[in-house]
Amino acid sequence: MTTRLFGEPVRRREDPRLLTGRGRYLDDIGEGAYEVAFVRSPHAHARIRDIDVSAAIDVEGLVAIHTWEDLPARLAEPLPLLIPHPALTHGRTAYPLARDVVRHVGEPVVMVVARDRYLAEDVCGLIEVDYEPLAPVVGIEEATRAEALVHEDVPGNVGAHLVQEVRSATGLGAREAIEAAPYRLEFGLDIERSASMPLEGRGVHARWDAGDRSLRVHSSTQTSTSVRMAIAAKLDLPLPQVEVVAPDVGGGFGVKIVHPWPEEVLVPWAAMLLGHEVRWTEDRREHFVSSAHERAQTHHVRVGFDERGRVLGLDVTIVHDHGAYTPYGIIVPIITSTQLPGPYKLGAYRVEFSSVYTNTVQVTPYRGAGRPQAVFCMERTMDRVAEHLGLDRTAVREANFIQPEEFPYDQGLIFQDGRPLIYDSGDYPESLRRLKDLVGWDDFPALKEQAAKQGRRIGIGLGCYVEGTGVGPYEGGHVQVTSDGRVHVSTGLTSQGQGHETVFAQIAASELGVPIERVSVVTGDTRRFGYAVGTFASRAAVMSGNAIALACGKVREKALRIAADALEADPGDLEIVEGEVRVVGSPGTALPLATVAVLSNPLRYAFDEEAGRATQFAGTSSPDRPPVAEGDEPGLEGRDYYSPIRSTFASGMHAAIVETDPLTAEIRILRYAVVHDCGNLINPMIVEGQIHGGVAQGVGGALYERMVYDEHGQLLNASFMDFLMPYATEIPRVETAHLQTPSPLNPLGVKGAGEAGVIPVSAVIASAVEDAEGIRIDRMPISPSELFDLRRAASSG
Amino acid sequence: MKPPPFDYHAPRSVGEALEILTEAGDEGKVLAGGQSLIPMLNMRLTHPRHVVDVNGLTELATVEAGPGGVLVGALARHAQVERSEPVAAVQPLLRRALGLVAHPVIRNRGTVVGSLVHADPAAELPAVLALLGGSVRLARPGSTRDVAADVFFTGPLESALRPGELAVSALFPALGPRSGTAFHEVARRHGDYAISGAAALVVLDEDLRVVTARVACVSAGPVPVVVDVTGVCGGDRWEAADWRGAAAAVWDETEPEGDIHASADYRRHLLGVLAERALTEAAQEAGNR
Repeated sequence: MTTRLFGEPVRRREDPRLLTGRGRYLDDIGEGAYEVAFVRSPHAHARIRDIDVSAAIDVEGLVAIHTWEDLPARLAEPLPLLIPHPALTHGRTAYPLARDVVRHVGEPVVMVVARDRYLAEDVCGLIEVDYEPLAPVVGIEEATRAEALVHEDVPGNVGAHLVQEVRSATGLGAREAIEAAPYRLEFGLDIERSASMPLEGRGVHARWDAGDRSLRVHSSTQTSTSVRMAIAAKLDLPLPQVEVVAPDVGGGFGVKIVHPWPEEVLVPWAAMLLGHEVRWTEDRREHFVSSAHERAQTHHVRVGFDERGRVLGLDVTIVHDHGAYTPYGIIVPIITSTQLPGPYKLGAYRVEFSSVYTNTVQVTPYRGAGRPQAVFCMERTMDRVAEHLGLDRTAVREANFIQPEEFPYDQGLIFQDGRPLIYDSGDYPESLRRLKDLVGWDDFPALKEQAAKQGRRIGIGLGCYVEGTGVGPYEGGHVQVTSDGRVHVSTGLTSQGQGHETVFAQIAASELGVPIERVSVVTGDTRRFGYAVGTFASRAAVMSGNAIALACGKVREKALRIAADALEADPGDLEIVEGEVRVVGSPGTALPLATVAVLSNPLRYAFDEEAGRATQFAGTSSPDRPPVAEGDEPGLEGRDYYSPIRSTFASGMHAAIVETDPLTAEIRILRYAVVHDCGNLINPMIVEGQIHGGVAQGVGGALYERMVYDEHGQLLNASFMDFLMPYATEIPRVETAHLQTPSPLNPLGVKGAGEAGVIPVSAVIASAVEDAEGIRIDRMPISPSELFDLRRAASSG
Repeated sequence: MKPPPFDYHAPRSVGEALEILTEAGDEGKVLAGGQSLIPMLNMRLTHPRHVVDVNGLTELATVEAGPGGVLVGALARHAQVERSEPVAAVQPLLRRALGLVAHPVIRNRGTVVGSLVHADPAAELPAVLALLGGSVRLARPGSTRDVAADVFFTGPLESALRPGELAVSALFPALGPRSGTAFHEVARRHGDYAISGAAALVVLDEDLRVVTARVACVSAGPVPVVVDVTGVCGGDRWEAADWRGAAAAVWDETEPEGDIHASADYRRHLLGVLAERALTEAAQEAGNR
């Protein structure tokens, strides 16, 4: 295997296009298409009494107005519940357009199609919907009090309830282990909502060809294959008549893995109905109130531990606010509850969660997907244990780490893929050693003392996590070498800016031995690859990366076989270097892959000079054998799939030094250090970029972002003026160090890296602010105003 | 987020603009930098029937710095004023305040007069005009009037500008001898509207005793709140003046409201902190000038 490109910081090949305005995003597609706007509910909870469109129908340029009553059979049903689970006893999903009751502000009620979006919005303003307001349920407390119900037929507002328990080696349950422990603590934690908030919102474009009854849909999605199946099912079309393409997608971060969104079925339906291209481009205000949020949870923690801080028993009760509907099931709280133990060996662990309905935007995975909450809980616990025992915070973590020789390590839980949670590899003590070196952990007390002399308050914090990445069930790759020597790679999962065009090309170039310039990569286009799952759970490199490597292996094997024949050599003596098949040790004897591709496809017709070499009178094929051997196929191409037995487990540890202003309570991150282990690195530059972006989103979640709902269920900060995503000016320089513990589970030895950066940030910042202030931090995010309140509460005793 | 329908006008002269605005009355809205108007239009928070684009009126793109102060024309961009050396020499507070206004790309487009007319009590420039006792010149066909800052700002996003009028310029008085200014604020993110802020002006006599000390507060009320603290620290030499006491007076006389970004108590606390920082720095500048 040529490994020159694998592991190299190859520059992102997509960037010149994406950074110079030559990207092709959803809103760039379909010039002249009709455009869609929606009348969305202004109420958090209300019954629809009447919809009056009479003032709107005469608007010049209006094409169509649709309500739920217009929808055909399958479209009039609730949208699918994508991931059923036995514990989700009361799963509920929305109708594409509200039927009788709206359950959050922003729920679509009326669809308007017009000549352009301006007119569509004008029309929306003229449609009158008569609502009978119902009592809204806002926040976890109201949901659990259940004085009002989000869904009449869901008692207590509880959609799901799940308990998992891992007993201690001596057979004790977690609660017994806590009772028996020499030390015990009990406390509550709270995490606020945030959201994926990609630069590009959602969007759908559809073109119906009435002649051949085929539908082409573009969607700004993280899964084009599954959107395709959903559209075919909902619109009752044969699957081969539907193609779905994810064009350039301006970020996803989880929200675009949910599907089909109402718009993803309504827009194609309208295109079929109207016989005209139709497009809907979500605007920012819509995105805030009609896509998805994440994070909001409360935790109640009980922990028992020994004098070294070893956790003997941990008992966590979680309430997860999943909003008005559960289209993505209970994946988020499952991940929270199973990833909570992180890199630690807990004596016994019991976790119980209730997932509750509220009259707010639905909650589905956002980068990190339940892990930031899990890590906040586990790491706050570690800090409290250390504080209680007067031990260094790193010492308590060291005392609990799974050791390198203990892998594979079975946590005894069932993970989000329905499979046992077994860590494949890792070296947590070494990660912590490197982190302490990188941030200067042991020297910090002196630094802090020195700062204090100048009237400054600084603090240090850390957080450790393990992230299950690369979940199944599978991905595939297709690799074709054409007679011009170009290599065409395709995989079904989609890209949202991660750098897939680069890393997949690196893999193919390395595996095939061709210059990377000859390799092109297509993702997320069902015309090219029909079988795929999607881009989420830090899985693209693991899943498609390995599938492409396997597919390249097939191509390589075939190329060597054909070349061996032509060169009259043994395939074992051949290698592919710089796009040529060479006899090892005899560089003069070489056959370009382009020629091999020609020879692989016996031709009757010479459409060009090269092709002539593969025609019947060229003398290149043996008259004693059929031109295509039995079991063989024409062409130099390969397809393969990678389907792992279970997830790979990446890990990392972050530390931050923060400064808090004694007077203004402003919080500034002075340093941010990351040690990261995602197995073998395909492209270290791209991995670092993923970490930087993740940390930036984590800083947003720790210090800036929240969804502020009032008691009526109105989102008060549904704009970038008041929803405070951090700017570049708020993001510290991120210092990184890598550890490479290869995964034994896949040929490339890689693990996922996409979500890593965001996961521990809230825990790290809370730990650092607590250290600076000497005030307990048990809810995140924290703003200067809240720190000011905490200081006052602390000083008033 | 697309604007409702409106008629777009692009007058070629101030006279033409005034005629259109007179005709439009309270259905008219002036578009200059568009940094507030365009988002408000896109969110359909405002529905003017006529949008009068003054970006073609280059005669209003003037910045004149003279002994009397800085006269800023309606089309002068923040960046133009911020970068002007003569402006910085005549009234240094303008450059300091403009550095706190949003981000460079916004300052390249937004206008100083537009910001005053928008009258956001969280914005820096209204506070600067109020602190310095400047004025805004309003025109209608055939006449102009100058409105002093203390009566120009009438409420949140409300000013003395009447329907049909065009704000053609604003005058920021010059910084006198033995005078100093400063601006301190706290924003959630760099360049955001401040959750609290204080601009200070301190004037000393020949013996370096405080003659005047004033603070203008942002995000402290419906309009920029100016608090005169000369009574607390007047008459003392600047090094010995009770700036903490003066800041406490600011704290006493303001009653900011809380919102989703900061509680009322925190804002008020910040006002005290920032007023003291601004007064001390302004006094130092006055003492060393």
